[in-house]
Amino acid sequence: MAERKPVKGVTIESTEKLIAETLAEMPEKAAKKRAPHLGANEPTVSSCAVKSNKKVVPGVMSQRGCAYAGAKGVVWGPIRDMVHVSHGPIGCGVYSWGTRRNLMQGIPGVTSFPMDFTSDFQERDIVYGGDQKLEKLLREADELFPLNKGMSILSECPVGLIGDDINATAKKMEKELDKLVVPCNCEGFRGVSQSLGHHISNDSIRDHIIGKYEFTEKAGPYDVALIGDYNIGGDVWAAKPILEEIGLNVKSVWTGDGEVEKIAATHTVKLNLIHCYRSMNYMCKVMEEKWGIPWLEYNFFGPTKIEESLRAIGELFDDKIKKNVEKVIKKYRKEMDGVIAQYKPRLDGKTAMLFVGGLRPRHTIGAYEDLGIQITGAGYEFAHQDDYDRTAPEMAKGTLIYDDVSEFELDKFVEELKPDLVGSGIKEKYVFQKAGIPFRQMHSWDYSGPYHGYEGFKIFARDIDMAINSPTWGLVKSPF
Amino acid sequence: MSEAAVKLKKVTEHSPSEIEKVKEWINSEDYKEKNFARTALVVNPAHACQPLGAQMVATSFEGSLPFVHGSQGCASYFRSTFSRHYREPAAATCDAMTEDGAVFGGQNNLFEGLENAYALYKPKMMPVYTTCMPEVIGDDLTAFIKNAKQKEMVPEELPIPYANTPSFNGTHIHGYDAMLRSILQDLTQDQKIEGKCTGKLNLIPGFDGNVGNLREYKRICELMDIPYTMLADSSDVFDSGCDGEYKLYAGGTKIEDAAECINGKATISLQKYSTANTMKFINAEFSGDKEVMPLPFGVKKTDELILKLSELFDKPVPEALKKERALAVDAMTDAHQYLHGRKFAVAGDPDYLLGIVSFLLEMGAIPHHVLCSRATKKFKKEMDALLESSPFGEGCTCYINKDLWHMRSLLVTDPVDGIIGDTHAKWAARDAGIPLFRIGFPIIDRVNLHRSPVVGYQGAINMLTMIANKFLDIKDETCEDQWFEMMR
Repeated sequence: MAERKPVKGVTIESTEKLIAETLAEMPEKAAKKRAPHLGANEPTVSSCAVKSNKKVVPGVMSQRGCAYAGAKGVVWGPIRDMVHVSHGPIGCGVYSWGTRRNLMQGIPGVTSFPMDFTSDFQERDIVYGGDQKLEKLLREADELFPLNKGMSILSECPVGLIGDDINATAKKMEKELDKLVVPCNCEGFRGVSQSLGHHISNDSIRDHIIGKYEFTEKAGPYDVALIGDYNIGGDVWAAKPILEEIGLNVKSVWTGDGEVEKIAATHTVKLNLIHCYRSMNYMCKVMEEKWGIPWLEYNFFGPTKIEESLRAIGELFDDKIKKNVEKVIKKYRKEMDGVIAQYKPRLDGKTAMLFVGGLRPRHTIGAYEDLGIQITGAGYEFAHQDDYDRTAPEMAKGTLIYDDVSEFELDKFVEELKPDLVGSGIKEKYVFQKAGIPFRQMHSWDYSGPYHGYEGFKIFARDIDMAINSPTWGLVKSPF
Repeated sequence: MSEAAVKLKKVTEHSPSEIEKVKEWINSEDYKEKNFARTALVVNPAHACQPLGAQMVATSFEGSLPFVHGSQGCASYFRSTFSRHYREPAAATCDAMTEDGAVFGGQNNLFEGLENAYALYKPKMMPVYTTCMPEVIGDDLTAFIKNAKQKEMVPEELPIPYANTPSFNGTHIHGYDAMLRSILQDLTQDQKIEGKCTGKLNLIPGFDGNVGNLREYKRICELMDIPYTMLADSSDVFDSGCDGEYKLYAGGTKIEDAAECINGKATISLQKYSTANTMKFINAEFSGDKEVMPLPFGVKKTDELILKLSELFDKPVPEALKKERALAVDAMTDAHQYLHGRKFAVAGDPDYLLGIVSFLLEMGAIPHHVLCSRATKKFKKEMDALLESSPFGEGCTCYINKDLWHMRSLLVTDPVDGIIGDTHAKWAARDAGIPLFRIGFPIIDRVNLHRSPVVGYQGAINMLTMIANKFLDIKDETCEDQWFEMMR
């Protein structure tokens, strides 16, 4: 891949100076802890120097969530036909109810469950334990929601601290209810971010779900699974049809708009296609080791990356699929050129800074570049070294890389680099908008979407243009 | 595959008839009975946890930085919830306890967190409140904070009030109460001067996600020429302008005003249930008169507040307020026909519910189902008495400790014309095909409702306008052609 052209005024030296100035304002101990997490990009080195997946430095105002958020919000919540129980006190389930935008088909309360199920722990449950309550509520849930295909038990902090055994309860209830009942020890204090919640959830899929079901139809040569697409704002519904159009048979989706029995039968597919590497690579590796299923990372943000990805997917199949890939690329190219012709003139030469979860900062770069926007800073809430290694080649030399950035640091960086757009989360959004800086939420697509696929790029381009070129920004400076 | 020996289950699809059957069943009386019989499972609750309420108070003082002692994820959930509701920044920091904190306690996290937060964000106060984790392991915050000051992590004089806010006890309103009490205890310590009176009103709004309400209270006080200190005032924090500069501390009650509030002329709480412990402290320690008034929803309760203010401060009711009252009554008499006899389901926090029900009864509307997903029998008794006080409350039922999935059963078996509640009620509203009027917290799917007051005379007009016009919209949108007409 060709190296990115340099960003005007951004060099390794200028970025290192900015980092040093920012750290200088922090207490010594905190600065020392934070320093390895900030760096100037070296696109050609094999390993990105920025360190990640370490504990939050207390008090700095991190944007991170917890293991429960990674388990309930990210991996489990989107499975539409399961009852997901937030096991513990009331709050976690309420805050994560409907706030990720993992859309799902089905009839709510009948065949899909976009709801908040909780054991609403009280003091007595802390004192006497909640296992019996859990047993009882699983029975009640199964009676009231008889078409559920299974249940997940997502532990909140107190459950692990008081020594409840949700694994034993799940085992007992799985037998009694004759349905999948999956324990997930994702207490929020475990690990350093959402990321461990993804891993724990992958492990519970490995231990309790995968390989338990099979599809009714005979396996075919084009059977694939779509892994790590959570259907935010309908992403799956924009991505899956493209794979089908090139002749693949998408047997299951992990986990956006997902169905648990199909997930449990995924060990029979020929290829796993993974979008969000961070949250689901674990299970791809398990399926590879145990069932010999290869997996491929792909990127459906923006036409350039979509085309690259489709060709890479085609390479793994026969000529029929390869031919279909070219046909599909050709079919959409004209439309995509039209989108670019419409928006690029208004966006060319603009800059953006990104701070999202574990995938999107690097994965969306191509889509921004399709519109002529350069990325001057990128970082992740909960990424690991392998994510940063995948990011470095996508960014220009000397651009800013920041891991688990605090509000204090990001404020300074944005103030200095003055991007035309910041793409990050709800907690960051209004901080920057108050400063008159256009912003899009890049976890939730800011209540828009889909952003995946060809369909998604049209909406992405429209939204980015709308954010940067809204006339409302012109009103921020008062004439008096 | 080597797994061939394991008997695999086949992927199944529910048949259309099976789905149809359950779809019908969940709307039935039989289902309702089973739904109401559950004792362990909670589905779609209408309340949140204590530290969320604590954060609302902690952020409402000038220069105050809320500090969460416990898990990082909790802090992010609270901040996100406020930012989604207000569409505003919601700064709060956290000492991010993890597994080692569970083993060794959270003192080191607190030390480091306080030191960093103070250095980076230069707050004038850092109220600390807890998540489940330190509550379960039993962290001693009194000692921890004392030690932090002794070790000079933060200046000795920096106020660091703290509240224990375990999520397995009470709801967000109790966290609000605990934090407010703690802050007032801390700031007013040694400030009481016998015989001194600031001449001011201490006005406690309670847990309220509507900044328009707080501004309405302030406007009323100003119209009545009554000097006041609001305890605490989130209005400028959670509704600040966009002028090209982000302000971490955008407003709030001045710390010096809060410190001298103990010598106030009078203290009024407008939310009985979200300030019970705070008022116990105030009753014992504060000078002046102390009153707990109902939230001023509707004309009569606004009258009560204004009469009380007039009496306590010996001020006549100004012409402007008399005129406002008349305008509200004018709007209500003009539009009564659109609400009279209409049935409502209402869900929310105890104090809000009493206010909304009172307004509905004033309009001749029927608060048919009243539901609070966490409340005491005392509250139910008070609500029942309110319902009994009006012929329009006849046949209405107050449900406590029932959730929005229970409400769904009520709505589909015993329908109403409108639902009043926060955004979470939209699922039940959609299932039942009944319009939802968003009053409460949080409102995360509509813009600017948190800026439009629902208290006072103006609030009565606002609620009436919202409800009546929606009913008229529905009529226009759904009536057959021959019933479509120019006037309504």
